[in-house]
Amino acid sequence: MATTPAPPRLLPSGDSAITVEFSRDIDDDANQRVLALDRAIASAPIAGVSETVPTYRSLLVHYDPVRVGYEALGARLLELAEQPVPEQAKTRRWRIPVTYGGEHGIDLEDVAGALNTSADDIVARHAAGDYRVAMIGFTPGWSYLSGLDPSLQMPRRQDPRLMTPAGTISIGGVQTGVQCLAGPSGWHLLGRTPVRTYQLHRDPIFLLEPGDHVVFCPVDAKIFAEQDRAAEAGEIVAELLPS
Amino acid sequence: MSKLVIAAIGPVSSVQDGGRRGSQRYGLTSGGAMDRFALAAANTLVGNEALSAAIEIGPFDAAFSARGGAVRVALAGAARNAGIAGRGVAFDTSMTLADGETLTLGFARAGSFSYLAIEGGISGEPMFGSLAVNDRAGLGSPYPRPLQAGDELQVAIASGASECRIELPATGEAPVRVVMGPQDDEFTDDAKALFLDSEWKISATSDRMGYRLEGPRIKHLHGHNIVSDGTVNGSVQIPGNGQPIVLMPDRGTTGGYPKIATVVTADFGRFAQISAGRALRFKAVSMAEAQAAAKEFAELLHTLPDRLRGIDDFDLNIEALRDANVAGSAVSAVDAGTWQNFST
Repeated sequence: MATTPAPPRLLPSGDSAITVEFSRDIDDDANQRVLALDRAIASAPIAGVSETVPTYRSLLVHYDPVRVGYEALGARLLELAEQPVPEQAKTRRWRIPVTYGGEHGIDLEDVAGALNTSADDIVARHAAGDYRVAMIGFTPGWSYLSGLDPSLQMPRRQDPRLMTPAGTISIGGVQTGVQCLAGPSGWHLLGRTPVRTYQLHRDPIFLLEPGDHVVFCPVDAKIFAEQDRAAEAGEIVAELLPS
Repeated sequence: MSKLVIAAIGPVSSVQDGGRRGSQRYGLTSGGAMDRFALAAANTLVGNEALSAAIEIGPFDAAFSARGGAVRVALAGAARNAGIAGRGVAFDTSMTLADGETLTLGFARAGSFSYLAIEGGISGEPMFGSLAVNDRAGLGSPYPRPLQAGDELQVAIASGASECRIELPATGEAPVRVVMGPQDDEFTDDAKALFLDSEWKISATSDRMGYRLEGPRIKHLHGHNIVSDGTVNGSVQIPGNGQPIVLMPDRGTTGGYPKIATVVTADFGRFAQISAGRALRFKAVSMAEAQAAAKEFAELLHTLPDRLRGIDDFDLNIEALRDANVAGSAVSAVDAGTWQNFST
């Protein structure tokens, strides 16, 4: 028998947004509830709600206070959050090619050293994972994945890098992620994917949705180079697997 | 069609509108004008929808020329010396540039951002319903970057509508109102009191992502890391050094520092106009008061057309004369170097 989970906390984020907080920590159950509430709002829109932003532990609900007040919206969100988490009707599952190590994953050897194993073993464990997009944030298309093998958990770098390449696949703490744009990162860089999770002038502009499932498929540098050119031209080089 | 040619422009000047909607769940921020009220006033003057795309002009000099036909425009926001062909023109009025004429703008005298709205708006390709430029993400339209001298905007030929001015309520220097939270419980009562009772100075390293504030150090109760959650315009983050960062329209959509408070919607544009080096104070208000203010603000934007007035030469000359006089002794707390990092 499932126990009734504790209701989330409602936190005001100014006069036009409410943070519905399910946990203070990175917590898979909390993330499931966040995504369930997000789906519930998407399937039965609430007047005045303009957009929602799921994160690991909370759902930020943007709204227009002219159309709905804090109290009324908060009560409605608590009501929706109390409903049991439904099975996600249709889970999309993506296979994303990754070139591990070498110039594409400059921290792979260090990670293997720190975890007292071989680079091949790190790749095997990382590529064996069945991940879920817990949230997308920070910069466009940066997809944070839950489901990392606990044996791959490592503290973030002491000294974050100011610039890491577009398409970086990295690990940090209990998380792994697909970074779309080049930018700063304090995570450990294992590889790169040619997949653009965000690409202007492509339909869709954003490939992954919060809640999608992701598996990684190791490819060599030659295939990376080919797929990178195809992706640059607008081709979606991630594969949508039959569910 | 006419063209509006950017003859000269400084950093942090770009096409902005009411911002995009629905993209934050993918990590793309809403963007949009720093001061929506000034944007709306400028647009209203030329008959556009309040939050249509216009040119957001940073504090430096700028010049715009009509080419291929007359172009009707309006100026609002941060006041500055402005002229067409040697005659002074006033803010909060519409004006028409004849083909070949140039509107020149001086350095902002008070505030940071002026808005130049163009009758008929700006042609471009919207993304998530917006043309707003986001320099870091490399998007926006018609140019996916801040404007540069030589850029050309496709605009409508001036309709010939009679010029008008708009009567706007005075914006005071009252404390900037905030609603406490979402993570005010990460701070002691003393730290919250220090935040609310202190004077804060806008740092020179501020930009469209965030305004950094300088003042006393706000200490955290449990450390400065939280698991990232969503941000809004006006989120007041407290990073490890205890110096607040107020998140602006080009913010990251999620952030991992505790947010002690959030600037209310009605005061956000006024806050955004406070230039580097200037001081401000915050005042906590209840959710009820913040939402009442937000409704009043929405009503004010909605009823801006009711504030339009006809204009005659007498009014225009008085306004222009007054502007010219003030400009004669123009000083600004901001120097050129202050804004350099806005351009990167």
